[in-house]
Amino acid sequence: MEKMSRVTTALGSSSITGRTMFCHLDAPANAISVCRDAAQVVVAGRNIFKIYALEEEQFVEKLNLRVGRKPSLNFSCADVMWHQMEENLLATAATNGAVVTWNLGKPSRNKQDQLFTEHKRTVNKVCFHPTEAYMLLSGSQDGFMKCFDLRKKESVSTFSGQSESVRDVQFSMKDYFTFAASFENGNVQLWDIRRPDRYERMFTAHTGPVFCCDWHPDDRGWLATGGRDKMVKVWDMTTNRAKEIYCVQTIASVARVKWRPEKKFHLATCSMMVDHNIYVWDIRRPFIPFATFEEHKDVTTGIVWRHQHDPHYLLSGSKDSTLYQHMFKDATRPVDKANPEGLCFGLMGDLAFAVNESLVSSDAGRKPYPGGDRRYPFFSFKKPNPTEQFAHVSSALSVFETDLDSSRMDWFVKTAQLYLLSGKPFTELCDHNATVAQELKRPQVRRVRTKIIIRITGTANLNVSAFSFSMKEMGPESRLERCKGESRPDNVHLEPGNSHISNNNEDNEETEGSDGPTEYMFGDAELDDDDLYPMEHDNQTVPEEPVYTLPPEAFQLRHEIIDNPSAPEHLQQDKADSPHVSGNEAEVACLTPIESFSLISISQPLYSPHLHASFFCPIVREMLSHYAERGDVQMAVSVLIVLGERIRKEIDDLTQEHWYMSYIDLLQRFELWNVSNEVIKLSTCSAITCLNQTSTTLHINCSNCKRPMSNKGWICDRCRQCASACAVCHHVVKGLFVWCQGCSHGGHLEHIMNWLKNNSHCPAGCGHLCEYT
Amino acid sequence: MASGSIPSFTFKAYGEDNPRQVSGSGSSSRHHSDSESEICPTTKSLARLCSRDKDERATALEKLSEKILVCLELDRTGSARLSKETLLHLLRLSRSCPLQEVRMRATELLCIAQEEGIEVPRALASGPSAFIPAKELLIEGLNQDILVESFLSLGQVDHLTMVMALHPSYLSCFLRTQHALFELDGPLPRDWRHYVSVMAAARHHCSYMVQQHSKAFLEAGGDESWLSGIKHAPVKLRSLHTLNKLLAHRPWLITQQHIQELVCAGAEPRWSLAELIHAVILMAHTHSLCSFVWGCGLNPEPDHIGGYAFHPPSPSHIPRSPHSPAHEDGRPELVDGAVEVEVLMKRMVELQQQQEEECTQEEMVTRFERQRSESIPTAVVRGAPPELVLCLVEEPEFRYEDFAPRGEQSPSTMRAQDYSWEDHGFSLVQRLLPDMGQFLDEEFQVVSNLTYNRMAMHEDVDTYTLRKALWNYIHCLYGIRYDDYDYGSVNVLLERSLKVFVKTMACHPEQTTARIYHAFWRHFRHSEKVHANLIVMEARLQAALLYTLRSITAYIK
Repeated sequence: MEKMSRVTTALGSSSITGRTMFCHLDAPANAISVCRDAAQVVVAGRNIFKIYALEEEQFVEKLNLRVGRKPSLNFSCADVMWHQMEENLLATAATNGAVVTWNLGKPSRNKQDQLFTEHKRTVNKVCFHPTEAYMLLSGSQDGFMKCFDLRKKESVSTFSGQSESVRDVQFSMKDYFTFAASFENGNVQLWDIRRPDRYERMFTAHTGPVFCCDWHPDDRGWLATGGRDKMVKVWDMTTNRAKEIYCVQTIASVARVKWRPEKKFHLATCSMMVDHNIYVWDIRRPFIPFATFEEHKDVTTGIVWRHQHDPHYLLSGSKDSTLYQHMFKDATRPVDKANPEGLCFGLMGDLAFAVNESLVSSDAGRKPYPGGDRRYPFFSFKKPNPTEQFAHVSSALSVFETDLDSSRMDWFVKTAQLYLLSGKPFTELCDHNATVAQELKRPQVRRVRTKIIIRITGTANLNVSAFSFSMKEMGPESRLERCKGESRPDNVHLEPGNSHISNNNEDNEETEGSDGPTEYMFGDAELDDDDLYPMEHDNQTVPEEPVYTLPPEAFQLRHEIIDNPSAPEHLQQDKADSPHVSGNEAEVACLTPIESFSLISISQPLYSPHLHASFFCPIVREMLSHYAERGDVQMAVSVLIVLGERIRKEIDDLTQEHWYMSYIDLLQRFELWNVSNEVIKLSTCSAITCLNQTSTTLHINCSNCKRPMSNKGWICDRCRQCASACAVCHHVVKGLFVWCQGCSHGGHLEHIMNWLKNNSHCPAGCGHLCEYT
Repeated sequence: MASGSIPSFTFKAYGEDNPRQVSGSGSSSRHHSDSESEICPTTKSLARLCSRDKDERATALEKLSEKILVCLELDRTGSARLSKETLLHLLRLSRSCPLQEVRMRATELLCIAQEEGIEVPRALASGPSAFIPAKELLIEGLNQDILVESFLSLGQVDHLTMVMALHPSYLSCFLRTQHALFELDGPLPRDWRHYVSVMAAARHHCSYMVQQHSKAFLEAGGDESWLSGIKHAPVKLRSLHTLNKLLAHRPWLITQQHIQELVCAGAEPRWSLAELIHAVILMAHTHSLCSFVWGCGLNPEPDHIGGYAFHPPSPSHIPRSPHSPAHEDGRPELVDGAVEVEVLMKRMVELQQQQEEECTQEEMVTRFERQRSESIPTAVVRGAPPELVLCLVEEPEFRYEDFAPRGEQSPSTMRAQDYSWEDHGFSLVQRLLPDMGQFLDEEFQVVSNLTYNRMAMHEDVDTYTLRKALWNYIHCLYGIRYDDYDYGSVNVLLERSLKVFVKTMACHPEQTTARIYHAFWRHFRHSEKVHANLIVMEARLQAALLYTLRSITAYIK
């Protein structure tokens, strides 16, 4: 095991050795605490109260404090603390409201020393004074904190938070008289132990309960708090008002927080729910944990650093009934797994990628993309800080822009907008979409035919005579499969004609049988070539091949699939016709898919029906996957939606989901919100329809009284004022409201636009220089 | 036009004495109502009465009367001149609208209509509640604002709202939760939400809630045939049956497996966690609301079946309402009631001052068990539930049974310290259904802090211990135990008649009778009894939620 590694740290007289290890407890733990010399740990829970010795190789059970046949509820511990001065002194907080102290020096089996039953509700926390031997503080669900002098039978003072339950109390490390208390209502209070009448200071730290707080061991003024709102905040208490200086957002409510010894900026957290890991954060790097311990199988309930001057050992107890010692060097470092490279396509086919600088410099010999290659500084270098243990990651960002003409995406936008996906009978949808594609004269015109094919397959049981035709239609399609192998080697540099000719030969036999109508039908496929070739040439002119790999490939592949079916056309119509760019334009333009469709119907009776609808499903599936793989996910998704149940079962859910996601992403980048929403709505994938179920609520506060508005967006129920008046016309805005983020004045979109055309100051007269971009 | 009239049509189909001849007849009557809605006031025009603008409201009111008068001029026979749904709506307005001018006008119009020879319906119930005298709930009271607000935003003030308005601070947060549950964005479609509530209400035979939600279900575009029987609903909804049943009667039996069956990858139909939690909250919310409805003896709304009649009821022929709180008269006799209050107050003070004596865990457990297993006679068997409700319930014979932890394979008690709403439940709900946790949290907090510092005829009383005892007693009935609570004080504070009421309400709400209601706290105000009702309702909601959420947490893990 790699975790067998041993570390020895010399700390004054004592030295700590050990490895990552664990032991099974009999019951879930609620809290743990170590004694000062870091040799023993106490584990407390509802049904457990034991002391373990920390030996080099293992935990050894030293003492079971839970004695008696039917132990009383005083043994049911919510919290435990080992005195940091007195080796024999422990205190526990019981769920029934008792505060109990234990003296390990007692000769009897029952070590219970004193019992305070002053709290009416569960005690959530006990805390010994760091230097004073007899001072114990408790915080309870009943909203009171009590200070006990262990030489007396009763509490010496009671502090009333005047608010809800106390979740945590902590003596300040440096300030003899000060302690902090955190509350269920989100407040944190500072108290002077000598003044029980009122708190010194109070501030709201979190929304919802503050589950924990911890004073920085070295820095006098720093207090870390963690709450149900999933935040860890670090407060500077030296100033007049508590100032939030760092904030870490975690993924679940924060149950415990502990500063890491000897490391000024590190703290460990564990969570109350759902997440079982322990994280160590560098608070200056709040986005990614510095280290993670992933051993526990249920929520971690107690964490404690083994020695107050040793940052390498962390102990933790959990609801999964285990006690762990974690070695810091065995921790997972999420930073190492983070990917410092990024690659992204722009909307118009631009490509940006960020990569580690060292990698870029090794490629420096490369010819830069003319005019297009721009490098942006990504991270500005900070002066390396020796205390930071993060590797410095700096990346260079390169952006490659494509030639505007070659990859205009208008067709995408138009087709997306015009395609009808639902609301009409199946056949009409197909017809409509076919027409759309035709009108746009895009390479995707082929979808016209595809749609027809699909339609025929789809309605096969009804329209028996359609079979044969679709069969014939499918001919080239399936041949395509066979040709693929051959076409693949063709790359952009090959003369396109070559591949055609080779395909033609292949196709020859099969197409010969077909009669007149096919000729025209394939005719419309010709369109593809027209539009495709110029694009292809454009790509070839892109001078820098290696970097620009992806886009050309996409086009190249599409070329393959498209030019194949057109082959018979060359063969039959004009064998000598070499597929030059300008060649076919005229003849093809007159053919509309409607025509070809009517021809289809004529030819129907010629063939005898003997095929089943499901026969075509695999073919359609293949075809869709091709489209998707070649980058035309629009096609794949549109067909998928229109066909609905007919094809859905053929394609596995993950693939469908992937297509949907890609298409929706594209649509959203083009700001086609309506279309993308329609797609989401129509999709049959549960993962996709979920997208619409996530909250789309926008919360607004009244600009007048600053209270949340409940009913309507424009009138406040509380102060009866119109909250969103237009700064230009002074009427209520009941639609698009635009406002300046600087001065927060705003109004009707048009009004503001007009105003700022002629003025530069805010229309409200506040003197702010607003800017409309 | 047609779309505008659909709600009013369904409304009507509902009000008919012999409703739901299943879906087939729907289409024919639909035409009928279409032609009528041309002239008659539509719901749309009625909705304008809810405008926040005073002038607009006045105009809408004028228009409404004009239209109705025009209808009356029409040359048709008898009651054909005004459709039934219009009449019922007027009736509702005349009885429950918090705006005086609207109420007056509606009454006036009904009078005119009657003079014109139209059969006018009259409400059978004398007030919102069969237990609480109507004058205690008079809508001119102090709580005008909140009622007006609710009228303006919801278009009606139902009996539930009127009774809750005794505690305005609670009502406002209740309405917010209700709004968020049924109207705001969420994983379930709106008609489904209401249908889930219908299913839940049917478990407690609460035809008041069933009718309220059925109406809303149809307004949300739901399929009418679903209401004629649960077998017409989609499989996915029907798969909630087990959970619904357990949540309503024995939530402690809910386990990880129940969640898994609905959520895991192989499940068909499969629920997403967000959908499931939405449904769970809907069901638990409705179940506990049923407790409230029965516990306060709410009368059917004027437009519910049995809530109105066209002829003045003769004693021999009272149209039987499927929802009628039992009318046993149990007016309090004034025997030493005042003394009871004194004693209770004294005990509360004592409890607060008394230092807790140390008891063994055993003793505490025994006290807890004693509370839980104490036999409280609750089973006054009511007649079979009405057909309307029965068709929506599967396994109607599954009922509450005392939580029995001592048995063989029975579940262990839930420790409040191990799974609490504040620490665990909230985070889970918030994670799966953002904002919902916040709303529920607020509701729980308002209820647990609600106090007017008075008790019966005494002012300046700290009622904390009493409220706490109620809350913990209900949780105790549901098998949730607080380590830091001495269950001995439940016996001290809650008299037997109160326990009977609480247990009936929490466990067999449909068997609440006026006698039970009147028997406890005889010198307390009605508003205080409603307060007790609120505590029972929320405690029950939280208990049911805790068990389910705990199972979901276990499933996620």
